[in-house]
Amino acid sequence: MLDQPAEGYVTADGRQIGPVVLELKNITLRFGGVEAIKNISFDIREGEIRAIIGPNGAGKSSMMNVISGFYVPQEGEILYKGYKRRKMPPYQVARTGIARTFQNIALFEGMSVLDNIMTGRMNLMKSGFLKQALWWGPASREEDEHREKVEKVIDFLEIQHIRKTPVARLPYGLKKRVELARALAAEPQILLLDEPMAGMNVEEKEDMSRFILDVNDEFGTTIVLIEHDMGVVMDLSDRVVVMDYGKKIGDGTPDEVRNNQDVIDAYLGVAHE
Amino acid sequence: MSDNLLFAMEAALNGVTVGIMYSLVALGFVLIFKASGIFNFAQGVMALFAALTLVGLQNGQIPFAPIINAAFGTSIHNFGWNLPSLVAIPLTVLVMIGMAWAIERVVLKHLVNQEPIILFMATIGLAFFLEGLGDIMWGAEVKRLDVGIPQGMSSWVDETTYNLFGYGFFIDTLSLYALGIAAVLVTGLVLFSQYTKQGRALRAVADDHQAALSVGISLRFIWVLTWSIAGIVALVAGIMWGSKSGVQFSLSLIALKALPVLILGGFTSIPGAIVGGLLIGVGEKLFDFFMQPVIGGATENWFAYMLALVFLLFRPQGLFGERIIERV
Repeated sequence: MLDQPAEGYVTADGRQIGPVVLELKNITLRFGGVEAIKNISFDIREGEIRAIIGPNGAGKSSMMNVISGFYVPQEGEILYKGYKRRKMPPYQVARTGIARTFQNIALFEGMSVLDNIMTGRMNLMKSGFLKQALWWGPASREEDEHREKVEKVIDFLEIQHIRKTPVARLPYGLKKRVELARALAAEPQILLLDEPMAGMNVEEKEDMSRFILDVNDEFGTTIVLIEHDMGVVMDLSDRVVVMDYGKKIGDGTPDEVRNNQDVIDAYLGVAHE
Repeated sequence: MSDNLLFAMEAALNGVTVGIMYSLVALGFVLIFKASGIFNFAQGVMALFAALTLVGLQNGQIPFAPIINAAFGTSIHNFGWNLPSLVAIPLTVLVMIGMAWAIERVVLKHLVNQEPIILFMATIGLAFFLEGLGDIMWGAEVKRLDVGIPQGMSSWVDETTYNLFGYGFFIDTLSLYALGIAAVLVTGLVLFSQYTKQGRALRAVADDHQAALSVGISLRFIWVLTWSIAGIVALVAGIMWGSKSGVQFSLSLIALKALPVLILGGFTSIPGAIVGGLLIGVGEKLFDFFMQPVIGGATENWFAYMLALVFLLFRPQGLFGERIIERV
């Protein structure tokens, strides 16, 4: 693996990658006797698209849950923006600017698309409880401002036509897109996408890939991505972490990872003589 | 107009006023069920506890007086003041919020991700605990509650209807106030849940816990909020029922009457609780009025449950509840 300068670098195709924003150090996560993640360390740089790949059950989603605070690792530490992150519940992690989507879509099914995306801005709303309840002037003005931002996200992801539709009625592909919209509405520094293209057809995958690149490009959002489609991963990402049986077996640019013998073994199986 | 029709109209109007009282209790159930999927068995007892606390505060009663007296050989009962309702009611609201916080701390926090039936059992325990606590704190005797809502026949309704039909309807003024209060309460709740940040968070939590966490909503805060609101609704129900028939243990049993209301209106709909209450109130009065000559009186005791049974057969999700669709 090449050593990259601490303050950041520019990739071959001219993308600006910044310094390390989140660093995972010696993370170990156990469920009872099972070690889902075994002593893994890697870092995430500002503005990059970082993929986590690996066979089923490798611990990728667990890793995602550790970063977003849904799981608390037994060992290891997480450095975020240079500071050690204390143990905190997932809703507080969300408030530090880390938004996420889920492998099995977690949307508010009973609410409209618009309302779903509005919940993404929950943390950015400042008006206090009472003012909101009484619908005071400033609170109402604030609501309007948030609506404007949400409309921008809606335009960006091209879902204007379903704004008022209850989420439960949408097809799978659009649900995935609404979930991304809700995460984006929070204006996150880091966006965690857990299999954003699972179960999609080719056309939907292309759309989603384009959105991911656009988000990264236009808002400079750092993106961490779990994906099974190798073509997509190699195309999109700047650096890739490869996991297998809870261990890290590879880390580097797509090209480096592609030529890594351990990675090839994990994916194609090892010949036993 | 024939006398019979007039009597029926009077019965129906009385049904409306009784029904709205049922709705007030049902409302508390709906709020908690919507936000957390818990059927709160303790809702009725919460109404009783709220009313007891209010009376106790108004009369300047010393909480736990019998225990204190037994332990220290003192003989204290009263602070010797009478608080006006305007002070006592906000204080009771604070007590109910404190209770919501304590319930979250002691009960709900430890039962996260448990089956609904387990949470339901916990609320049964809560009901018994609160019942005992109310007794120990404020005493078990029947108390009179007066927060200044006028009672007795409404002469306005009497006169108006007399001028219109030549027969004056008998409607309790208290019931008319209950109507107004319920209207304000429901409008407030609907506005709150549709148009405020916390209301949206509340709906979000009701829908999907994981997703709510991922957008930065604290489940615990939302639960305290929900139980506080349910506690305040219980206080309103407690005040209305307490003013009507005194604050006593039987107050907690009105929760039973809320069950058919919920089955009719749907467990998840705020307007459903109101419409369900009205249907049951009017239904039982009219049924009694028309069927009394045929099958005798006292139908009010069972009519609501029979209606609920019919609903369970043909429309189990209630009038306004979310349709239960099983995907196969």
